[in-house]
Amino acid sequence: MGGYNFRPTERFDGSTIWDWLTTVDHKKIGILYVGSGLIFFLIGGVEALLIRLQLIVPDSGFVTPETYNQLMTMHGTTMIFLVAMPLLIGIMNYAMPLQIGARDVAFPFLNSLGFWLFFVGGLLLNLSWFFGGAPDAGWSSYTSLALNDYSPGPGVDYYVLGLQISGIGSLIGGINFIVTIVNMRAPGMTYLRMPLFTWTTFVTSALLLFAIPPLTVALLLLMLDRLFGTGFFSVALGGEVVIWEHLFWIFGHPEVYLVVLPVFGVFSDVISAFSKKTLFGYLSMVFATVLIGFIAFMVWVHHMFTDGLGAMANTIFGIATMAIAVPTGIKIFNWLFTMWGGKIRFTTAMLFSVAFIPTFVMGGVTGVMLAVVPADWQFHDSYFVVAHFHYVLLGATVLGLFSALYYWWPKMTGKLLNETWGKWHFWLFLFGFHLTFLPQHFLGLYGMPRRVYTYESSPMVDNINMISTIGSLGMTLGTIFFLYNIVVTQKRGQRAGADPWDGRTLEWTIPSPTPEYNFAQLPLVESYDPLWEAKMNGDGKVPAAEPLGSIHMPSSSYLPLFISIGMFVAGYALILHSYFVAVIGMIVVFAVMGVRSFEVDHGYHLEAEELTGSSNLSGKGVHGR
Amino acid sequence: MRQMKKWLVLLCSFLGISVSAGCTDANLSVLDPAGPVAEEQLWLMKLSIAIMVVVFLVVSVVFVYVVIRYREKPGDTSIPKQVEGSTILELTWTIIPIILLVILSIPAFRITFSQTEIPPKEESITINVIGHQYWWEYIYPDQDIRSSQDLHIPTGKKVNLVLRSDDVIHSYWAPNLGGKQNVIPGKDVPLVLQADKPGIYKGKCGKICGSGHALMNFRVVAQTPAEFDSWVQGMKNPKSKATSEKAALGETLFSQNCMGCHAVSGGGFKSQGVVGPDLTGFSQRLLVAGVVENNRENLGLWLENPQSIKPGNRMPAFEFLTDEQRDGLIEYLMNLK
Repeated sequence: MGGYNFRPTERFDGSTIWDWLTTVDHKKIGILYVGSGLIFFLIGGVEALLIRLQLIVPDSGFVTPETYNQLMTMHGTTMIFLVAMPLLIGIMNYAMPLQIGARDVAFPFLNSLGFWLFFVGGLLLNLSWFFGGAPDAGWSSYTSLALNDYSPGPGVDYYVLGLQISGIGSLIGGINFIVTIVNMRAPGMTYLRMPLFTWTTFVTSALLLFAIPPLTVALLLLMLDRLFGTGFFSVALGGEVVIWEHLFWIFGHPEVYLVVLPVFGVFSDVISAFSKKTLFGYLSMVFATVLIGFIAFMVWVHHMFTDGLGAMANTIFGIATMAIAVPTGIKIFNWLFTMWGGKIRFTTAMLFSVAFIPTFVMGGVTGVMLAVVPADWQFHDSYFVVAHFHYVLLGATVLGLFSALYYWWPKMTGKLLNETWGKWHFWLFLFGFHLTFLPQHFLGLYGMPRRVYTYESSPMVDNINMISTIGSLGMTLGTIFFLYNIVVTQKRGQRAGADPWDGRTLEWTIPSPTPEYNFAQLPLVESYDPLWEAKMNGDGKVPAAEPLGSIHMPSSSYLPLFISIGMFVAGYALILHSYFVAVIGMIVVFAVMGVRSFEVDHGYHLEAEELTGSSNLSGKGVHGR
Repeated sequence: MRQMKKWLVLLCSFLGISVSAGCTDANLSVLDPAGPVAEEQLWLMKLSIAIMVVVFLVVSVVFVYVVIRYREKPGDTSIPKQVEGSTILELTWTIIPIILLVILSIPAFRITFSQTEIPPKEESITINVIGHQYWWEYIYPDQDIRSSQDLHIPTGKKVNLVLRSDDVIHSYWAPNLGGKQNVIPGKDVPLVLQADKPGIYKGKCGKICGSGHALMNFRVVAQTPAEFDSWVQGMKNPKSKATSEKAALGETLFSQNCMGCHAVSGGGFKSQGVVGPDLTGFSQRLLVAGVVENNRENLGLWLENPQSIKPGNRMPAFEFLTDEQRDGLIEYLMNLK
């Protein structure tokens, strides 16, 4: 030891932390996404709780208006970018390769890079609370409010640079998933044999590919305006403020579907599994998913009906918006008819999926009401809209995420989450959710605008706000039960076998937790629901497509972490207007990229003798238990 | 069973509150229209709610039936029939929603076009509305007057507002009279409203515009055409001269401290400040700063510490005035007619 050597990482190689920091395993990266997503969920949740506590009575002095605007902005930004997206990408990362019978994603190195970019972006954004003040112009940061003249201080700079960095990570993730699904499906897994969650991952990744670039452009222009005094959005300098709205919503509307489509996949898989039935109308489900993904790009102007773009523009975008209701309705009825005639088991995962249906229908119908342009002139920017999008985002995304976590937790950790605690979590959260947001529709009709730190007192409005805040305490309590469940389960949870739910898809053919190589032998897929088919028409074992042999594995790498740290330094330096340090940060980024370009590392092989627990032998034929 | 009960309760409360809502907080409620624009919009809302309640009920009935009927019975180990789909059913729930949407969209878009039409000059009055952080300025080009915070309009006439912002995006919203439109820097956005009943209607800024956003309120004073005309005449010939010794002190203080930002026409001041609200005819103003009732006490509090009433506003505190000076200034302002 001692002296210089060419292996700078020798000292920590093999330690657990270094292993997680450098991992390129899609499963570990998935868990990293889920873990950090849950931490941000707590932060965003505390922000939400503080918002509701401020609004419990009118003229409350609990927080100042400035702090309120920061809380409100960070709550929205955190929940969308640092909670919904990473949790979904994490679950996709974990489950999707298993569902298509792949040993990894197409680009393991990029996968790691995507996670670390997301993570440092989120970290940067949240550091704003401690250094200089959080952004306060709303999660949509409309110009000119978000320009230096009206938002002095670094708050919005944190928003611009934090989101830019984590946005690059999301884009990389999307590309990776598309290539994985196109190239790495197991033999016999045709497109129309892919589970619905894989399908929605596929469409979502395509949305990422097309939706993130407009955001990148918008953030770049705003950065130039704020840091270098250009005038893209400054009217005084000949700029145009409405352009920001267009760019933001060309990203922002597909974003809504980015976080909703994957959970549609979750619901399809969960409802089918726990009803013991194949999915009703598979082909129309796939078609509806693709159609929703497509229309998602055609409707952004419905966020701008009050911008005076003219009756014709408003009408066209109103019709396009209403059209989304049709494929969504197809999905709702297909889920109902999947359960129809089935044998429904109400596990916690299933409860969350089932409760989603009426909740999301509520959010969907108010969505159509918002597409009625003259009515939207009244609804717009009022609490009606707040109620609507929480019904959609909580009613679909969050319920879906909980469902997915309860469903795949045993596969990820090898242990089942406790069902009793799970049901407490479910009922408290669901009841709290409806108590919080159902009354808010009426707040909007009684003239309460959104994003206000106080409201004009009147008996009805005061009561509804009080009820709403009480409801948010219910959600808080539910979430505490969930966290408690995680802790208890990690300590003394029930061990999950390979197939704890009597599953239908490929991930339930391999041991829990999944071995690092996923499948000792790649499965041969001969139908939709391959495991179910094997249980029905065979010995419960999905046939293997290859003999047991050596498996190629990618090597861990610390380079993604280093690139991300370089980006973090550059981003933070720009916020501090320290351009010299920013250049150093970018030099680090490009230098590490250079190192990567010349690196000779072909990974390693796991030989057949090293493989334990031969993967395809696990379908225990437990149907009908 | 629990599931079904909960949903029934939720649904009943939803329908129940909708019906009874008309009688609460009449001045800021979408459900209490005071003119044809807001009435048409409410009608559309009712139509869409009716259609959507039907949709929700259909889904709920199927949902409740399925969830109760098809629970797994203990001991029943049979495998349910694996149904792939049904073309007829799938077509049904594709076509019926399309029909419902067509029914909804035809009146919706007819009204979109009719309500964005700029009314002819003879039947309407045009007012330019300028949004500022965090107050409203009104210019009546045909009447050649300027006012702020309270929008005076004649009843029974289409009011053609031309909205524009001086700084950030705001949104002009008087729910009883019609929907909102954004107030955007560098761009004129039209908004047509109409009040048929005389009265005072509350208004709000809808778009977050900074720390004072929540309190960027205004009032719409709808008057009969005769009353409106006399208000216009009053604004054209305002009584802005001090009438008492006390007020004269205030007038002097005003010219020394206030006219840089605030205008009072007819007072003979050297400058007509445009940074803050125009205070001509201040005594008729309903609210101080759009937040608290306009009386001597509140005005005194406002002069002493404006941030305590409306956080984020640009008015400096005049806590250095002696009691006598403050009383004089209040006296002067409260006599502006």
